[in-house]
Amino acid sequence: MRSQRRSSALLAGIAAASLMLAACGGDDQSGGDQSGGVDTNGASEVEVFTWWTSGGEKAGLDGLVEVFGEMYPGIEFINGAVAGGAGSAAKDLLQSRLQAGDPPDTFQAHAGMELADYIAAGQVEDISALYDEFGLNDAFPQDLIDLLTVDGKIYSVPANIHRSNVVWASPSALEAAGLDPEATYDSLDEWFVAMDAVEDAGMTALSVATTWTQVHLLETVLMSSLGADAYNGLWDGSTDWSGSDVTAALEDFERLIGYTNTDRDGLDWPDAAQMVIDGNAAFNVMGDWAAGEFDAQDLVAGEDYIYFPVPGTDGMFGFLADSFTLPVGAPHREAAEAWLDAVGSLKGQTEFNIAKGSIPARTDANPDDFNDYQRSAIDDFGSDTIVPSLAHGAAAPIAVSNAISDAVSKYTAGGSDLTTFQDELAAAVG
Amino acid sequence: MLRKVRQWGPPLLLISPSLVLIGVFVYGLIAVNAWTSMTDSHTAAQSTGQAPTRMVGLANYAELLDSDAFRHSLKNLVLYTVVFLAGAMFFGFLWAWLLDRPLRFEGVFRAVYLFPMSVSFVASGVVWRWLLNSNQGENASGLNRLFQMVGLDFLQNNWWNDIDVGIAAIAVPAIWQLAGYVMALFLAGFRGIPAELREAARIDGASEWKLYRHVVFPQLSPVALAAVIIIGHMSLKVFDLIMSISKPANYQTKVPAIDIFLLKSQYDYANAAAVAAILLIFVAVLIVPYLVQVARGAKR
Repeated sequence: MRSQRRSSALLAGIAAASLMLAACGGDDQSGGDQSGGVDTNGASEVEVFTWWTSGGEKAGLDGLVEVFGEMYPGIEFINGAVAGGAGSAAKDLLQSRLQAGDPPDTFQAHAGMELADYIAAGQVEDISALYDEFGLNDAFPQDLIDLLTVDGKIYSVPANIHRSNVVWASPSALEAAGLDPEATYDSLDEWFVAMDAVEDAGMTALSVATTWTQVHLLETVLMSSLGADAYNGLWDGSTDWSGSDVTAALEDFERLIGYTNTDRDGLDWPDAAQMVIDGNAAFNVMGDWAAGEFDAQDLVAGEDYIYFPVPGTDGMFGFLADSFTLPVGAPHREAAEAWLDAVGSLKGQTEFNIAKGSIPARTDANPDDFNDYQRSAIDDFGSDTIVPSLAHGAAAPIAVSNAISDAVSKYTAGGSDLTTFQDELAAAVG
Repeated sequence: MLRKVRQWGPPLLLISPSLVLIGVFVYGLIAVNAWTSMTDSHTAAQSTGQAPTRMVGLANYAELLDSDAFRHSLKNLVLYTVVFLAGAMFFGFLWAWLLDRPLRFEGVFRAVYLFPMSVSFVASGVVWRWLLNSNQGENASGLNRLFQMVGLDFLQNNWWNDIDVGIAAIAVPAIWQLAGYVMALFLAGFRGIPAELREAARIDGASEWKLYRHVVFPQLSPVALAAVIIIGHMSLKVFDLIMSISKPANYQTKVPAIDIFLLKSQYDYANAAAVAAILLIFVAVLIVPYLVQVARGAKR
């Protein structure tokens, strides 16, 4: 890294002054690197970098901080949260800080392949030893441990589990369309019939928002059409993206997009959920953080809104998780380890998830502490096949998911046909 | 020799701090950017030196210019610039021409037209996102709803969601914001023309049209050029307006500046740098001739 900086500085080629500046920069860098491992008296504070700044997320973080304060009263919690763009502003700043050798003590990242870039860049540490120390190997289910493990090493502690493949529906809209709100749909084809009825009644059948929510929809369609094994195969290369079964899935996706609102690209996910809340749309596919949006407006599950797994994905749990890492060169390493201890602890996971609306990653959490939706998700998480979410960084690294997102956006905006779409998806992953 | 040092020394010493800072942080970093754009640094590991990078010459540029996605971004940028420039110049000139006549409340009109410029692109973008909602028919809102209310239903359209020309809709708020500025420039130009010239032309029997055609317009051409340069280079760098009206991931509104943002966020530093270099060349093509002309004018 240092030699690269030197060569860049030389290139800048501005005589003595520029060389001096660059050299200073280089020194700061290596100083920061060294202090990480040996700093022993710095465990007085811990800077935790997240994008949890409002709503249930903020409440969850507050709950976690409270537990942390009880466990480690000597360490001051420094909130390094950055608001904006569903985490994109935070990730951007984090990238700069890591690049500049100025990491926070610990940062939030989606568990799974999204960590691959940080790992490849040598920016996060292997914390398998901490798993042994905190006894987390037994506390988390084996499926989850497998998803977290990269080349035999684990790099983060999950704070929660979210489910991606959930349909949220408006009973009033369904009744207005002459449908039974209690009905269940075994396959996408049965679901299409219901959607036709909603459209005939003059309402939006399926609400969706901007590109990432369309990718989210695509991933659930792929799960439904292909089944768990073939879906997982998309990410390890054993399922061919150019195959006819993927074509069939994309045809289903095409049909679903046909049922959606035309202003989708200008909306964000809460706007799409709001359409269901207002009864203007019948269905919405979103992760289970949407429950927080419904609850915040005092709606009652089962009466004012209903939820079920995306048709055809019953028995699958579209998995994503927020997790915390130990960056290389963290200024207060011991404090960061203490934070990870709190994140992995039963009490920490319980307090965090009650407020955030997700479920604990630990299997020993008491379901009675949680609400109806969370209890059903805890049950499903215990019994379902766990499949990684694409739209939320569990299934593929950022470069791949960005390329997929480009292909989806181009397709839904009318810039490519189904064949081109499939070719671009295959190229994105391949 | 000593006299020369005395003559040149103090001024040079005075400007040297800014010279060094600009040298390092502008031109030095442009050089680093050019260097990065010619490497194969496409992954996170390479960005931190965990994996080796090689020089690949102009391969990144060749690949970019060959890719459909980047061509789409370039096409969007050109279309946006043409519409934005034409719109801002047209309305700016029209308003200046109207206000040039003796008019009551001229100050009020001037303020009204100039005022949108004081709003940031991000703030106005949030409102325009709603105005440019692409729903039509029953669910319409924003401008489409307005068209329905005044019986101009046929004017309803997709706005920025059209894959081919949608980017032109983003130019609408840009024109709204900067036409007033162009108006101020032209108004200053009009006022800079001595009244004697107009009177002389009238005495010579020039019609109102001929007066404008042969007396006023020629004297406005430096103002028009300055306006084109200012609006043009702003247009080439458009980013914030698209970020707040559309979303960076929306294919229909991609432009090179958005590409830089996305490529950088996925650690593809080489391609991000290459796009930045292409954008810099675009802006330079527009600005350098202008600077040369200004420098020549100053010498005269």
